[in-house]
Amino acid sequence: MLKSLRDDIERNDIEIEIAKASFPAPFKSGLEYSSPARGTWNIVHTGMLIPEAHQIFVCAAGCLRGVVLTAAEMHAEKRFSTVEIKESNLLDGDLEDLVIEGVTDIINKLPKRPPAVLVYTSCVHHFTGCDLDMIYAELAKRFPDIDFTDCYMNPIMRKSGLTPDQIMRSRLYKLLKKRELNDKCVAIIGNDLPTLKSSELLKILNENDFKVHEITDKKTYADYQQMAESSIYFSYYPAAKAAGDLMSEQLGGKHVYLPFSYDYDEIDASLKLLCDSLGIDMPDTSKKRKECDMALKDLKELIKDKEIAIDYTFCQRPLSLAIMLLKAGMNVKYIFADSFTGEEKNDFDYLQKNHPDLLLFPTVHAKMRFFASKEESDILAVGQKAAYFTNTNHFVNVVEGGGMFGYDAIIQSINYMKDAYNNKKDMCKLVQIKGLGCDYCS
Amino acid sequence: MKQTSSIISTYSADVFGVCSALYELGGLVVMHDASGCNSTYSTHDEPRWYTMDSMVYISALSEMEAVMGDDNKLIEDITEAAESLKPKFVAICGTPIPAMIGFDFEAVAKVLEDRLKIPVFGIPTSGMNTYVKGANMALSAFAERIPKENVKKTIMPSMNILGLTPLDFSINGQAESICNFASSLDFDIISKWTMGTSFEDIEKSGSANINLVVSSTGLEAAKVLKKRFATPYVVGTPIEGIYNALLADTIKKVYTDPDFPDYVCKSNLPGEDIVVIGEAITSISLASSIELACGKGVRILCPTEIDKYYLRDKDKITPYEDDIRSELTNAKMIIADPLYKAICPDSAKFIPLPSESFSGRIYRDEIPDLTSDFSYIKKYL
Repeated sequence: MLKSLRDDIERNDIEIEIAKASFPAPFKSGLEYSSPARGTWNIVHTGMLIPEAHQIFVCAAGCLRGVVLTAAEMHAEKRFSTVEIKESNLLDGDLEDLVIEGVTDIINKLPKRPPAVLVYTSCVHHFTGCDLDMIYAELAKRFPDIDFTDCYMNPIMRKSGLTPDQIMRSRLYKLLKKRELNDKCVAIIGNDLPTLKSSELLKILNENDFKVHEITDKKTYADYQQMAESSIYFSYYPAAKAAGDLMSEQLGGKHVYLPFSYDYDEIDASLKLLCDSLGIDMPDTSKKRKECDMALKDLKELIKDKEIAIDYTFCQRPLSLAIMLLKAGMNVKYIFADSFTGEEKNDFDYLQKNHPDLLLFPTVHAKMRFFASKEESDILAVGQKAAYFTNTNHFVNVVEGGGMFGYDAIIQSINYMKDAYNNKKDMCKLVQIKGLGCDYCS
Repeated sequence: MKQTSSIISTYSADVFGVCSALYELGGLVVMHDASGCNSTYSTHDEPRWYTMDSMVYISALSEMEAVMGDDNKLIEDITEAAESLKPKFVAICGTPIPAMIGFDFEAVAKVLEDRLKIPVFGIPTSGMNTYVKGANMALSAFAERIPKENVKKTIMPSMNILGLTPLDFSINGQAESICNFASSLDFDIISKWTMGTSFEDIEKSGSANINLVVSSTGLEAAKVLKKRFATPYVVGTPIEGIYNALLADTIKKVYTDPDFPDYVCKSNLPGEDIVVIGEAITSISLASSIELACGKGVRILCPTEIDKYYLRDKDKITPYEDDIRSELTNAKMIIADPLYKAICPDSAKFIPLPSESFSGRIYRDEIPDLTSDFSYIKKYL
């Protein structure tokens, strides 16, 4: 049980049994807290996946501070510049001029002309009705040798249409130039971390002689442009759906979204979708299922009734993971998530019915500032936020699914949990590193 | 071009200066912003975040709330949080969108104060200035209201220290060294604005005989305390060695002679070969230390807000990368945060002096405590 640092703070609105929780947002919104767990990627990390591209942020100082230091911590200062908006720009209404002249000034100062520039505008551009089309047209005219794309740091829009995360993932592919499609080439898109070679997704593609493009492998801008030859774009990260749709519209290939899950039938459904889109036979997965059954049994024998906490930063489907572990007899006690995606509705309903006592905790609720345990616990945490709030050094340090997919995701997750059970990590130090798994950050 | 930075960092912003200045005082501090400020401040600008609990939050402003001018959401959210967390005060500080939509800080603060019956401060930062401005706004607002009236000055020598935040002094022990310096002069320390102090200490600060302003974040509070309590102030950051002797002498003079003018403790030797880049008061104290110790003139480039009065003729206020680049052309030695190195000429010797206010947590372990040991700089001279 999590213990509050302050006895005078009631926990009724931050500790909810799933049976009593509402979907998709179990907790009341209000002032928000930011825990020190920083492993998930931000728009700077993601943008850096486009090789050789230069990022220019046009924002107020307060907004620039976080991104400029993200770039500095990545040792990517040479690929990153800023234009600072001052109060006078808002009063004078010269935001368009500031972007155009600022970006021009920076490009002219760079020691080497980049092939692409990502220009990030911010909330104030949106609220002032800044003419972004005119800006990009003028920049393209001034620098015909550079590909520009529009990126956004406007978190105020996170509840209006596509989220900044979804938009950023789509911008990763907006610079691709249309070329002839190749039926034997496909792309895996929208994930920050490379898809694991052991995943069924890559295995099936490789075994059937498909050439696979993934932005995480690209080292040059020219190499990156080769992604445009892909005839199918596979995504398995929910926030990447918009990117796949944009690619289809722009480049003419087909987007296939393969839902990530820990449920055997759902995994099979995704693999079937994969095989059907490739025009190949679905492989027999019965051996995989048995392998997973054995791995789950081994894990249960190892950890016995150890309390388990899971958070939303570990993977796309934390509730699916919880169900798999609970079905195998394990003691999942806590879920840390502020809300759930539509894909998790069935999982949520199942847990409400079959495990009504499972406790949900938020991560940003104001009271959570005082619910991070000061005393070290021996809870087995899956994800950084779960580790932080339960103060355990036995945790799985993986974010955003870590490139896992298919039955392999089950085996990988079990192996991560076994390792976390057997070995302590320096949680305090590790969770504070931004952009876990980012090449620049390692 | 002004306002562009091709490669260097940007200083911590005004909104984070407010949070840093009020962090330890037991209040509920709310950044009125969408979401980004939350992790930026707690990751890069607040070294106490992991180890010291504080009620610093974000309002999570959404597009619709901004467009519709829905201040009630903020008022209700703050009310709910304050009723359960029981802070000693509330401070609301702003970011670009509240500045653009004309959010009425004063009115919302008044509504909340009537409800909650605790002091509520509306601090109209915009996210478009440096931490120096924000911290000054917060501490001067505090100085106007929190120190109690009708307190008697202490009989024994006593002092408030103003302008202590980790943005200028990190958490490497320099704040404690500054207090030790004051104690070594036989001054009791009434309050330390605002590291290692409490709300209750601040309430008593009108009883101090003198104020020592150790960074420019404390200047406006010093002026308010002088107006309210006739407390004189000396400006200078204690730095080990001959500068500390000069500063100690000045403090004693100001203490013993109430008519002695408010004093900026600085030297001014001719020569500009050595350049210090940084916040004004810590830089002028460092420059003076070098001049006094080595007899070499030092010039300051100050990128943060400061009245020119506190600098010397040869010093310059340089908020932008291009301003700084052009001023470094003839420098022989440059003392600055490591993230400035990329724009320094190869011909100049570069001495890294990291500051949380510029490079955040990146070089935290390398920030020296110059108050207790000046040798880190002296060895290069």
